[in-house]
Amino acid sequence: MNLLQFDLSVLAISVVAGGLGSLLGLGGGIIIIPVLTLLFHIDIRYAIGASIVSVIATSSGAAAAYVRERMTNLRVAMVLELATSAGALTGAYLAGQLAVRWLYVIFGIVMGYSALMMFRKRHEALDEVAVRAPWADYLRLHSSYYDERAGREIFYRVARTRVGLMLMYVAGVVSGLLGIGSGALKVPAMDLAMRLPIKVSTATSNFMIGVTAAASAGVYFVRGDINPIIVAPVATGVLIGAVVGSRLLGRLHGTTIRLVFVAVLLWVSGEMLLKGLRG
Amino acid sequence: MNQRHTHQATSETTVEEKVRKVELLISNLLRFGVLASLVLIIGGTLLSLAHHSEYLTSGVSFQRFIEPTDAVPHSLAGLATGLKAFSGTAIAVLGILLLIATPVVRVGVSIFAFIYQRDRLYTLITATVFCLLLLSFALGKVE
Repeated sequence: MNLLQFDLSVLAISVVAGGLGSLLGLGGGIIIIPVLTLLFHIDIRYAIGASIVSVIATSSGAAAAYVRERMTNLRVAMVLELATSAGALTGAYLAGQLAVRWLYVIFGIVMGYSALMMFRKRHEALDEVAVRAPWADYLRLHSSYYDERAGREIFYRVARTRVGLMLMYVAGVVSGLLGIGSGALKVPAMDLAMRLPIKVSTATSNFMIGVTAAASAGVYFVRGDINPIIVAPVATGVLIGAVVGSRLLGRLHGTTIRLVFVAVLLWVSGEMLLKGLRG
Repeated sequence: MNQRHTHQATSETTVEEKVRKVELLISNLLRFGVLASLVLIIGGTLLSLAHHSEYLTSGVSFQRFIEPTDAVPHSLAGLATGLKAFSGTAIAVLGILLLIATPVVRVGVSIFAFIYQRDRLYTLITATVFCLLLLSFALGKVE
């Protein structure tokens, strides 16, 4: 295989990763890392470097459209970023002091459980339950977005902000420690705990993951893990995929997105369990 | 008279309009960052491919290029040297760095956006996030 063939095949796969990532609020890491290491036998260091950049590319590529269409809840994103960046700092500090192996097992189980819960409420229509939400009231988190599929403005209230903050802190610690799973934990936290509509959850998670990844990308660059020959086709493909994917989200049915997310979450959960149990 | 009228109208810009303006600003910023880095990454890659056209036709495996070398810029000084030599790889790296910087710049710009909205609470929240980001950046470099 020569360089051009490599570039074109990585580009094609990355378009898919970027599209899927932008719809689900995940980075493309779950697709990019196995493809690069298993299919192209690339060093894991470079694969992780490329995956970090792909997370940023997914985030920025899709967020431009999501913010414009008010699918992203900017206030929720800012408030939760407090918790995720504090968590990421803690995670980076704890790295090397904890038995990471058991973390894989624990979070593999957590993700599997979240997938189950999300599957169970897949048909649940968003009813405006008048729960008391003093924190969300104070932070003015309640909002609305225009749903293309439903053809109307959807108003929603944000619940359990403190629980959401705690879960986001944990998500930050995990991504700081393990380098993965930031989006896979953020979306269920917003969906299950804070009761955001699924489209708002994925769009807001999508907006946030770029910031977390950018914070650690500097380190990877200085270490020399960001190899432009691998990153260039990945970033290009992911950006194209994310821009296309972000046009689709509004038109898709919430239940469809939820089901695809559940499937991907189960996959990630299985991967993490395997990694932990094999040691 | 007319002038005063317009002046009054702008000072009475509603909160919603301001919020919308900020949304559009952030969206445009992201769009610009993405486009500019795409142009640099694609341009740089094409340039380096053009310089090494023999690699495209001959059976040289791409594996050769991904082995760890010092040729890959991984410091700003190295990048500057590469850019002066108009190296395609260096241009692609510049694009990648711009892509990495975009979310950080976005948070920084949001601080000013919330100041513009006269939203003290969110100015404070965003500034704290920005400091945490810079802190993790700085701590990462030490290691």
